[in-house]
Amino acid sequence: MTRRELSLDDIESLAVGAWVLGTGGGGNPYLPLLNMRLLYKQGHRVELMEASDLADDDWVGTVANMGAPLVGQERLTDSLTLARAVTVMERHIGQRFAALMSMEIGGANGVRPFMAAAHLELPVVDSDTMGRAYPELQMTSVAVGGLAGDPVSLVDVRGFESIVHKVPSWKWAERIGRKIVTEYGSVAATCQPPRTGAEVKRWGIHGTTTKAIAIGAAVREAQRRHDDPVEAILSVEPGKLLYKGKAVDVARRATEGFLRGIARFDGLDEFKGSQLTINFQNEWIVAWRDGAPLAMTPDLICVLDSVSGEAVGSETIRYGQRVTVIALPPTPIFLTPKGLEHVGPRAFGYDLDFRSVFSA
Amino acid sequence: MRRIGIDVGGTNTDAVLIEEGRVVRAVKAPTSEDVTTGILDSLQSLGSTGVLAGRKIDGVMIGTTHFINAVVQRRSLTRVAALRLGMPASASLPPFCDWPEDLAALVRGGVWMVEGGHEYDGRPFMPLDEAAVIGAAEEMKAAGLASVGISAIFSPLDPSHERRAAELVAQVIPEADITCSSDLGRIGLLERENAGLLNAALADLARDTIAAFEKAIADSGVDAPLFITQNDGTVAEAGQARRLPVYSFASGATNSMRGAAYLSGLSDAMVIDVGGTTTDVGQLKHGFPREANSVVKVGGVRTLFRMPDLLSIGLGGGSHVQLDPLKVGPVSVGYRLLKQGIAFGGTQLTTTDIAVASGVLDLGDRKKVAQLDAATCRKVFGEAARMAEEAIDRMKTEAGDVPLIAVGGGAFLIPEKLAGVSQVIHVEHGDCANAVGAAIAQVSGECDQIFKDLSRAEALSAAQGIANDRAVAAGAARASLTTIESEDMPLAYLPGNSVRVRVRVVGDVAPG
Repeated sequence: MTRRELSLDDIESLAVGAWVLGTGGGGNPYLPLLNMRLLYKQGHRVELMEASDLADDDWVGTVANMGAPLVGQERLTDSLTLARAVTVMERHIGQRFAALMSMEIGGANGVRPFMAAAHLELPVVDSDTMGRAYPELQMTSVAVGGLAGDPVSLVDVRGFESIVHKVPSWKWAERIGRKIVTEYGSVAATCQPPRTGAEVKRWGIHGTTTKAIAIGAAVREAQRRHDDPVEAILSVEPGKLLYKGKAVDVARRATEGFLRGIARFDGLDEFKGSQLTINFQNEWIVAWRDGAPLAMTPDLICVLDSVSGEAVGSETIRYGQRVTVIALPPTPIFLTPKGLEHVGPRAFGYDLDFRSVFSA
Repeated sequence: MRRIGIDVGGTNTDAVLIEEGRVVRAVKAPTSEDVTTGILDSLQSLGSTGVLAGRKIDGVMIGTTHFINAVVQRRSLTRVAALRLGMPASASLPPFCDWPEDLAALVRGGVWMVEGGHEYDGRPFMPLDEAAVIGAAEEMKAAGLASVGISAIFSPLDPSHERRAAELVAQVIPEADITCSSDLGRIGLLERENAGLLNAALADLARDTIAAFEKAIADSGVDAPLFITQNDGTVAEAGQARRLPVYSFASGATNSMRGAAYLSGLSDAMVIDVGGTTTDVGQLKHGFPREANSVVKVGGVRTLFRMPDLLSIGLGGGSHVQLDPLKVGPVSVGYRLLKQGIAFGGTQLTTTDIAVASGVLDLGDRKKVAQLDAATCRKVFGEAARMAEEAIDRMKTEAGDVPLIAVGGGAFLIPEKLAGVSQVIHVEHGDCANAVGAAIAQVSGECDQIFKDLSRAEALSAAQGIANDRAVAAGAARASLTTIESEDMPLAYLPGNSVRVRVRVVGDVAPG
């Protein structure tokens, strides 16, 4: 069994790369990163393992926070609470986990499993269930695979512990879970439905932590050398440059607990005179260039700060910000008819047939 | 209205007298080691021109980099006790956790975390543990700490726990300087707390500096109240600046943009401030610089200060010029221009030499740069113009041509015509734009908080009321208040039509 101990430098890169894979949502990984710096200072270490090294009957805990990123900015992310979400689930199912994994590699949840793992001394599987960030629980590879959407444990730093024990579907897990999270004060540490090693091997999206670390390392190295950080990302990932411009308008509205809206950009450099608009629901969903669809979910639409190469979130993008937009390819699981049903443009209310920027 | 504006810069201390909307006199004096002397010198030199004789001065407005330099250079800082109200949340990231080690070692006097704080909707998160606050205060006292930074979860929404804790600490340590994070505004516990801790660390320096400024004014014979300019182009009364020195961190750049607006009469325009080494490009909206929205680091510490959004490029009056291949900047001779520039007998070709050779500037010895022909000069000016155009285009937030105000000592590098610019405006006294900006500063009030279950109009109006009250508390005349920023943002995942509203108002200083 090969396991790799992550260095703190790997985790610094992971935070940058996970934010890029957040595609506008998922929350900035800065606070989880700070936790990891302190945990490493205290002597904790975390290990990464391959899904293929899991035994079929191993149990794997999937760790994520649910709630409003804004509340996290005030309560801060607490590593022991994440660990408790895992132990509460272990108690509930009467099994010990052999490893942990990410629900979503994109955004702050890409780093959070490591915070729990540091306390529990469990390895983290180099796989997740989104390959990016998405706003809802049914938008995962395991939901596409038809695996069970229960039980879910939800805990709060004050000691609350809840279990969503039985629900008929992932959408119900999302609805009931969201209610509990709201009562907690709109943030909860959760352990998502437990998976067997066989399920992770079959339905996990593999190598995503490694991918996030590689993206982050490329950006950070380019920043150090004053090279173009966006080019650096495209040198390590088979992505595609879509646009360069600056934000000229951002209209946001909160509906059904999500941040929806439209960001508009005016072109710069070789894109001068061309307009880009991106619809978002927490994450960037569909990008239109001069009125025609240019890129859409499940392709990853990544809006990056043109100077630093770091990701720009839909919650924080502001008027005048200079950005470069790239697309990254999604997991093939989402390109199947069932996959597109869960995360294609129609799942977000856009009457568009999915067309990949990578198929042209 | 008659005001004196002073900008204490790295090289010069500039002072201007403004009377009924006109710059009457501008003077420059070298900045002194002890700050006071430079201010006294500039006030005396202004006085020696006779313009102050027998006149009532309404205010002396000083812009200074004193406080930010103290943090950057790690000097004159006070040790601080950090008290956070938010347990059991946030425990894994205690106060000072993201500070650079050297700065934390100087400032961190101790950390206490007790139960308290609120939810996003105003419900208490935990009741305030008053006994633990008193216990913490007693330990602070025993440790000899008299500067305290207090923070609480969601205190911008409900500051009551911070205020109560401040009362309790003051009962134990009556002489304590206490900073509550809610006085510094925004959502984001760590960044707000950091701002509060930096503020507390400046407590002694602020008291001494403001006293020195007041003494310099008194010694100069000027009888006028002192105001300190702030990052957002407004001023605070001396008393408030003493209490919240962090708000005066970055006033230099703001003052020059505000000065540009004033001297040109434009309130919406791009501004290019060309100094000796760098050029700052920013945008005026309603007469104020557009603010950066993102996290601003001060001395390595993440904060959420109100700072102008500026793009700096390496272009200035002292920039090195290389002719083949053509390159201007980013290296500069800086303040050594008068020694190293060719027109002044030195060996380094600079943009100023080009301006002298082409007759744009009358400085140094034109004969020394006679070998620079007109075509060469045109090429260099062309390159400077191209650099300026690129920077302006990057900072513009609207399509179409916009007016551009050129200020600063190196403004001669900006030609009358530029791509993307409808009109280039050079103004008289443009080289003292920052002192002018200080002289004309207004007073502001801000509200940034979450409202729940209100209509959008009701939430905006509630925020407006709070911002107005804060401006008046800071010294503004209520009748002169105008709203210059109003932004609302619905919040993802939060139920009940939660909306975060940010409103900023400004007004003229109320007559004493």
